[in-house]
Amino acid sequence: MQVTRRQALGLSAGAAAFMAFAPAFADEAATEKMLKEFTGGKSPGSGKISLKAPEIAENGNTVPITVSVESDMTESSYVESVTLLADGNPNPGVATFHFSPMSGEASATTRMRLAGTQNVIAVAKMNDGSVFMDKKQVKVTIGGCGG
Amino acid sequence: MFSRRDFLTASVALATIFGPGMHGRWSQAAAQQAITEEDLLAAEDFGNVTLLHVTDIHAQVKPLYFREPSINLGVGEVEGLPPHVTGQDFLKMFNLKPGSPEAYALTSVDYVSLAKTYGKMGGLDRVATIVKRVRAERGEDKTLFLDGGDTWQGSYTANETAGQDMVDIMHALGTDAMTAHWEFTYGTDRVNEIVEQLQFPLLAGNIFDDEWMEPAFKAYEIFERGGVKIAVLGQAFPYTPIANPRWMIPNWSFGIREEEVVKNIAAAKEEGAEVIVLLSHNGFDVDRKLASRVEGIDVLLSGHTHDALPEPVMVGKTMLIASGSNGKFVSRVDLNVADGAVKGYRYRLIPVFSDVITPDPEMAALIDKLRAPYEAELQRELGRTDSLLYRRGNFNGTFDDLICQALLAERDAEIALSPGFRWGTSLLPGQAITVEDVHNACSMTYPEAYRSTMSGQLVKDILEDVADNLFNPDPYYQQGGDMVRVGGMGYRIDPAKEIGSRISDMTLLASGEKIDPARDYVVAGWASVNEGTEGPPIWDVVEAHLQKNPNVHVEENQSVQVVG
Repeated sequence: MQVTRRQALGLSAGAAAFMAFAPAFADEAATEKMLKEFTGGKSPGSGKISLKAPEIAENGNTVPITVSVESDMTESSYVESVTLLADGNPNPGVATFHFSPMSGEASATTRMRLAGTQNVIAVAKMNDGSVFMDKKQVKVTIGGCGG
Repeated sequence: MFSRRDFLTASVALATIFGPGMHGRWSQAAAQQAITEEDLLAAEDFGNVTLLHVTDIHAQVKPLYFREPSINLGVGEVEGLPPHVTGQDFLKMFNLKPGSPEAYALTSVDYVSLAKTYGKMGGLDRVATIVKRVRAERGEDKTLFLDGGDTWQGSYTANETAGQDMVDIMHALGTDAMTAHWEFTYGTDRVNEIVEQLQFPLLAGNIFDDEWMEPAFKAYEIFERGGVKIAVLGQAFPYTPIANPRWMIPNWSFGIREEEVVKNIAAAKEEGAEVIVLLSHNGFDVDRKLASRVEGIDVLLSGHTHDALPEPVMVGKTMLIASGSNGKFVSRVDLNVADGAVKGYRYRLIPVFSDVITPDPEMAALIDKLRAPYEAELQRELGRTDSLLYRRGNFNGTFDDLICQALLAERDAEIALSPGFRWGTSLLPGQAITVEDVHNACSMTYPEAYRSTMSGQLVKDILEDVADNLFNPDPYYQQGGDMVRVGGMGYRIDPAKEIGSRISDMTLLASGEKIDPARDYVVAGWASVNEGTEGPPIWDVVEAHLQKNPNVHVEENQSVQVVG
């Protein structure tokens, strides 16, 4: 039986809902490895790429995020691809978006599932091989006691 | 640690821009033995625009007692900064005299004896007197009356009428705009129904339709007052679908959405706005951070965390105003706007001493009419307390301890959990406990008192999670409620630590044994955000307990130890 942290505060339904929850957290090495594979070992710069995500997820099962990269998107200068990683998920890879000058702009919106509070990482690769990174912590709470 | 001296330096730097800022202090009145309505309300004519702000009324229409917190910790950058200053430190920081009316209104120091001296505060008939007088003196065309939200929830009558009594009252007060939080706990359909009949806009630039991510509410409204174009931007409580039931508003997504604030300021300026006012339900620390990151907000009317500050807090050129809660205060900001910019201001936090300010007869009549069908039930006595009952503060208040006792006894539980809401009125020793009083502490649309089993580990995880909502050093990760109240169990907390290591020494009070992470405990609580929660409403649980134990005596809670 799969129990998410948010559901764990069901506090109501049935006692069975409160089974111990042992998330299979990704190890940092897995995230590092995927990052390296994408960047080809280059260390990413900051700027150019911006990641929009909620500070606290309303629903850890479907967290909306938007990533956009500043670029002219011309034949000589464009964004090749953007990859999204979630460093606390059992499998850190979330999605990779591919762009071309025909894309017009390099931005994408998607929703992802987060197993718990963790960093969401977005990395952009430009056609000249340079890479840029943005990172944001998204908190997934048990919830329930504000106000 | 932040000192008064630092605070003055910061203010003085500002005064060179704005001219003498700290006007409208009521200490002069306090120096006299008696305060009069004139002392509280008379103001010299200044500038061309007046903003009036109320927030977090929580449906409290009658005068009441509301004890301000004795503990309100700030962590990280905001440690020791207002509003994280309480008691004697607060009196010192703002140079208030112990025993004065403002000491009573703004702190918990010597609360019971000062409450007997100065009487109840608030009452929307008194607030009406203030609003009407300001409009008459300044002119309707110079005045904006703004409501920061948490207005429709918090009383028996609001719950019975699904917020209608408050909507009628806010219409009668002539509200110009509002934003919201607990309003959403009436659910999507009811909120939409009210918004359609509202004679003023409900503004919230940070709520989006979850499906298409389109704005769900109007973000701002431009008003012309005193020949000045003023944009009022609304910011609803960003974490409503997390702190309150998401299933009641499944299609609305919230969040701080700083970039939307930036966008809306630009759009309003494009439309000719000369003054930008953010009517916010972010909570004070979130607002302070937002003001430090977003350019162009002239006045930030802050709400949600129920703080009352006698002076504005300046962040760059932005003036942050904290107007308290429960109708205890009305903020008045007079602005002098010329050449499209704020050139000076006067600020006054008006304390609504109900024995000093004359009730407005029309509003008093409306309130009586709205309450009439429920009056007998409201006044039904359930018991009597010989202790001060209050909730507000970071950890267990005595009213919460009473609720936790009721949960433990009536639901036959080992541990009780009661949410750390900041609303809930106070009762003085010797007062009767009426149905109205109990509802003031727990009136809501999801009151079911559940009974369940939880492992010791889950109880700890919940405490850690809520503590991080309160004590995360980054305000953007805070939700603005206080710590969950616990009955039957003691614990130690170090707010400065990280999530997972703040809570220790969890002890079952009945046996003195340490909580075993692997053992299951019977836990009772209320206000679960989950759909389908079952149990009697919490007010029935408290009433049943009072029936058996009508004489209430609650000692100050000793089972939560704050360290670090």
